[in-house]
Amino acid sequence: MKVLVAVKRVIDYNVKVRVKPDNTGVDLANVKMAMNPFCEIAVEEAVRLKEKGIANEIVVVSIGPKACQEQIRTALALGADRGIHIEADGDVQSLDAAKLLKAVVEKEEPKLVILGKQSIDSDNNQTGQMLAALTGMGQGTFASEVVVDGEKVNVTREVDGGLMTLSLNLPAIVTTDLRLNEPRYASLPNIMKAKKKPLDTMSPADLGVEIASRLTTLKVEAPAGRSAGVKVADVAELVDKLKNEAKVI
Amino acid sequence: MSILVIAEHDNSSLKQATLSVVAAAKAIGGDIDVLVAGENCGAVAEAAAKAEGVAKVLVADNAAYGHFLGENLGELVAEVGKGYSHILSSAGTTGKDFMPRVAALLDVAQVSDIIRVESEDTFVRPIYAGNAIATVKTSDSIKVVTVRPTGFDPVAAEGGSASVEQVDVVKDAGLSSFVGEQKAESDRPDLASAGIVISGGRGMQNGDNFKMLEQVADVLGAGIGASRAAVDAGFVPNDMQVGQTGKIVAPQLYIAVGISGAIQHLAGMSDSKVIVAINKDEEAPIFQVADYGLVADLFEAVPQLEEELKKVL
Repeated sequence: MKVLVAVKRVIDYNVKVRVKPDNTGVDLANVKMAMNPFCEIAVEEAVRLKEKGIANEIVVVSIGPKACQEQIRTALALGADRGIHIEADGDVQSLDAAKLLKAVVEKEEPKLVILGKQSIDSDNNQTGQMLAALTGMGQGTFASEVVVDGEKVNVTREVDGGLMTLSLNLPAIVTTDLRLNEPRYASLPNIMKAKKKPLDTMSPADLGVEIASRLTTLKVEAPAGRSAGVKVADVAELVDKLKNEAKVI
Repeated sequence: MSILVIAEHDNSSLKQATLSVVAAAKAIGGDIDVLVAGENCGAVAEAAAKAEGVAKVLVADNAAYGHFLGENLGELVAEVGKGYSHILSSAGTTGKDFMPRVAALLDVAQVSDIIRVESEDTFVRPIYAGNAIATVKTSDSIKVVTVRPTGFDPVAAEGGSASVEQVDVVKDAGLSSFVGEQKAESDRPDLASAGIVISGGRGMQNGDNFKMLEQVADVLGAGIGASRAAVDAGFVPNDMQVGQTGKIVAPQLYIAVGISGAIQHLAGMSDSKVIVAINKDEEAPIFQVADYGLVADLFEAVPQLEEELKKVL
């Protein structure tokens, strides 16, 4: 079966985020960018399905400026077969991303679509579920295990207070949580090979989607800082402070 | 304005998070109705009717909603909610699952995980794991919003007297079915609503050592959490994780034991009223946010803490 994986280019996980002095956003100039960590897990899961002989083709799609072809190449180096880049500069919000991905799903007709549960920049946690609603597919969100069984897929989900397992009809949408797998690193030969794999570029207009931002960010601020308190000498002093100074026990 | 709040519950009791969502609805202003969708969930509807500020409780009681499947809830809420100006739910795993479906079905944006209401169309939410705080305005006629419960003090659970009406909308999309669940069995308070939380990190060294924290938690009546490092190392299950990728907590007292204080962890607990850090590395970043820091070997300090607490409590 064919698996479609959506990946997003975001600020690298290890970069310290700084708010711009004019409060218009986060400073991304000369900052290291990378594939969103939850998307890496999505790619890895697709590659594992291929290694098990369940998937026979992995198509990776990314929406964003030209630079996000780097993340598509990374996915190709990890084992995806072909890439689709939907070139869009500026802010593409979740609903528009879902509409673009829906158009790709209609063209490609994958049996399974895997996305990260959220991107670590906007932290929205929306696109997979919106895509599922727009395509009329079932959804297995926050997956910690994915088992394809004939025309169904069983997805174990990380939910408040434990785990929940669902059975979904295929085609279906899965969004990944942290413990689904541990992504591999791309080997140098595979990075070289990835450069030769096919990568199509298209525009939102090619897919018949108009980007229409519904949300306006009025300002972005640094969080109110917490200042360091005092060091206590021992446990007895700590308990005394908690009881008599902070009065929280 | 009219606001529809989707209740979070387990078919038998109303989750406290719902009371915080009602508080967010009050901050927006307007009539507040609560939708209770579930199976044999009459007791939940009764509890919701008593919550402060609720005008009407709508009950959709059907097997299709018993396991809160996102496909079925999404269609139900989009149908019931289309006459409202706002649809609100908690940003727990259930709300995160079905609300974007509702937004897509109504062709509107969703504002996720708000911590403050500025006006009827403008909300404040953390982005970049809480390293930045965005103020966002939505231009859609129906505003679909998920609420971070720790951002709003819950309304009173008693004192209201809302009417209760049945809703005969049955939406069974037939796309998914429930197979099973594993619930973490525990007598301890739920992490998200506990007044005191004690969490362990990689410094705990293994899962067995969390028993030390359990003993302290028993004395304090505290919930037990963990850092992502402790979860990744396999010490404890993921539902104990506090942080950007786990649970967001804001208790009166948060005790971090053997936790270095990675940004991702701070994002989940830095709104706590009082933070205590116990760590043997005095350079650990956790001390920069702690009200009380104790530089000590946790394997000595934690048993001492249990003894000292027993003396005063």
